[in-house]
Amino acid sequence: MSHNWSDVFIGVEGRTIPDPVDVEQQKRGGWLAQLRDGLAKSRKALQQQFASVMFDRFDDDLWEKIEEALIYADVGIDTTVSIVEKLEAEADSGAIKDSTGLVTRLREVTAEHFCQDDRRIDVAHTPAVILMVGVNGTGKTTTIGKIAWHLKQLGKEPLLVAGDTFRAAAVEQLSEWGSRVGCEVVKHERGGDPAAVVYDGIAAAEARKADVVIIDTAGRLHTQVNLMKELEKVARVIKKRIPEAPHEVLLTIDATTGQNGLIQARMFKEAVDITGVVLTKMDGTAKGGIALAVSHELDVPIKLIGTGEKLESLQPFDPAEFALELFGESLGRS
Amino acid sequence: MFESLSDKLQGALDGLKGQGKLTDKDVERAAREIRLALLEADVNFKVVKQFVDKVKERAMGAEVLESLTPVQQFVKIVNEELTAIMGSASTKLTFSPRPPTIIMMVGLQGSGKTTACGKLAKFLISEGKSPAMVAGDVYRPAAIDQLKTLGESLNVPVYDEGDKADPVDIAKHGVEWARQKGRDVLIIDTAGRLHIDEKLMDEIHHIRNTVKPHNILLVLDAMTGQDAVNVALQFQEKVQFDGVILTKMDGDARGGAALSVRAVTGKPIKFASSGEKLDNFEYFHPDRVASRILGMGDVLSLIEKAEKTIDQKKARELEQRLRKSTFTFDDFLDQIQQVRKMGSISSLLGMIPGIPSAKLKGLQVDDKAFDKIQAVIQSMTPEERRHPEIINGSRRKRIAAGAGSDIHQVNQLLNQFKQVQKMMKQLGSGRMPKNPFQMFGNPS
Repeated sequence: MSHNWSDVFIGVEGRTIPDPVDVEQQKRGGWLAQLRDGLAKSRKALQQQFASVMFDRFDDDLWEKIEEALIYADVGIDTTVSIVEKLEAEADSGAIKDSTGLVTRLREVTAEHFCQDDRRIDVAHTPAVILMVGVNGTGKTTTIGKIAWHLKQLGKEPLLVAGDTFRAAAVEQLSEWGSRVGCEVVKHERGGDPAAVVYDGIAAAEARKADVVIIDTAGRLHTQVNLMKELEKVARVIKKRIPEAPHEVLLTIDATTGQNGLIQARMFKEAVDITGVVLTKMDGTAKGGIALAVSHELDVPIKLIGTGEKLESLQPFDPAEFALELFGESLGRS
Repeated sequence: MFESLSDKLQGALDGLKGQGKLTDKDVERAAREIRLALLEADVNFKVVKQFVDKVKERAMGAEVLESLTPVQQFVKIVNEELTAIMGSASTKLTFSPRPPTIIMMVGLQGSGKTTACGKLAKFLISEGKSPAMVAGDVYRPAAIDQLKTLGESLNVPVYDEGDKADPVDIAKHGVEWARQKGRDVLIIDTAGRLHIDEKLMDEIHHIRNTVKPHNILLVLDAMTGQDAVNVALQFQEKVQFDGVILTKMDGDARGGAALSVRAVTGKPIKFASSGEKLDNFEYFHPDRVASRILGMGDVLSLIEKAEKTIDQKKARELEQRLRKSTFTFDDFLDQIQQVRKMGSISSLLGMIPGIPSAKLKGLQVDDKAFDKIQAVIQSMTPEERRHPEIINGSRRKRIAAGAGSDIHQVNQLLNQFKQVQKMMKQLGSGRMPKNPFQMFGNPS
């Protein structure tokens, strides 16, 4: 399945990026094919499961099973309760009649719990500025490499800014991605002021007529007050040169993250007003349900998902697909 | 962010004061709160189920100790069960009689392996070892540079073969190199990998079989959710790790993953790592994380300390005297000493739930202030302590000189004491807290 990436970005001409042929993946039938296979299996399992537990009768056992599936996916208690209550109400009113209806509504209600705002990434500015933020180890730098690669494939000229001046070799890591993508990287010495690199980066983008500036920042825990203040300063510096920028502030959340993800997102939203979330590491066994909690409770759209370490391992986010995957094995298994 | 669990439990068990036993109904209500708290803390839901069942079984009909409230009694049971799972003592590394001792780090991407390598190296240096490191992550761009930079800053040699070599060979050659260099511990960094990535899991399996590490440590992000169980089980199956390093502990994640991993693999959490500075690394104290998961501060140790330290009889005498409004400087001194027996004031504050540690950072409680007060009181004659009103100008001068202080401070203390005395008089006419400690916020 190849995505029409021009639908993913605002300000990009129509063009598709074919999914690359990967020998390793082809042997296994490809990641998406695998996913689809798995989904088909679990859909079946899910329905069988429901059929066997309830005989078209909705009892506490069933609701508890659904609750557990959501909790197991890291959706968290509040959002779980919200979903289950809605379904229970529909069952009570007779709107849901049988197990097939329940499975369908379960997926729909789950998908509806995501923030329904525009999930596209706005690059319709010259230059468009994307600021990447997130806690340590969530995959900021890798995601930047992937976004840059996709933009390049779509005929845009990205420029990367090495705003992580703190972590050992972070600049080298971004430079490596820059050379893989074939785009310029603006960097300073390690230990320098991130705001200064960012300022220079935007100046360079303007001078060289780059289309999209993607700014890497140091990973920081949302509890580190000074580092969060530093992030606010970076945003201010960007605005000094381009008042309406950054056009996108993307928060990376690791799919394996538990309930702390919600607090993280809330703090980052307060500091730099995030416009979307990139859910990374979705190629593991974690369901990434924390994204649902974040999107629902903070009203922020999930825009992209990361599915591996390759440049092309990036997918547009689709709530319906996500809901399908969420209830995969957890209900079918126990 | 979270309503503290002690508050919730308080609500659930309200109106129970004075009852001698926990009834089934109380236990059910409290167990529900515990279940939610554990789920919010990211403890795996299957582990939660087992755990809560066990706590319920123990708590039903349990006697409530005289000195505790039902809430405290219940929390005590929960805490004991948590500690039983987590293990009570921190477990150390295994050192080989034939150096180098080999430590291999494994884990998911972004869990903090490379940083943990640097921190562990620094920790080992402080224990008198001479560590070296091997850069075995050939996949992540600049991972080798990152380890080398850390090595340079610590003056720890790093072995690497660039990013084109085979990690199994790198590890094998690294061990030889460390032996020749006479380093007694060798830390092998490996690439982050998904537990379901068969090729890469086979790779660490090979490294393990080739170099036979004495310690394999799984590096786990404290923020990990329900999936921690899958990750741990898969790594256990492939490499049989010996222990866990829990990273990013400086965030506000409850770290329930630690409990899950311990419960399903039986492997101990060995180290806790927080912050990006290389010295924020220490042996893991299982009992501490138990209360962190529950968001209880160290309320239990506070309860225990208070029970042990405060002399009940003295407290009663004090109460009597307060009722008669004969609160003297002797009592005041006594009270200060009682509280101080429990530790420094700042550490006591840290144990009180509801005060987040972040807030405490800005708050400097000067323990020396108490030393000064003590010195001033001890420079008074017994007569002066009983009847502070006789302390005139010349007595003040003498007291100040005796305490190595100045008159201003003596005056200040006398004024404060007057206020305390006044307050005590008012309290004395009403009900007094059972022990003076309660004035410092013991939530009973």
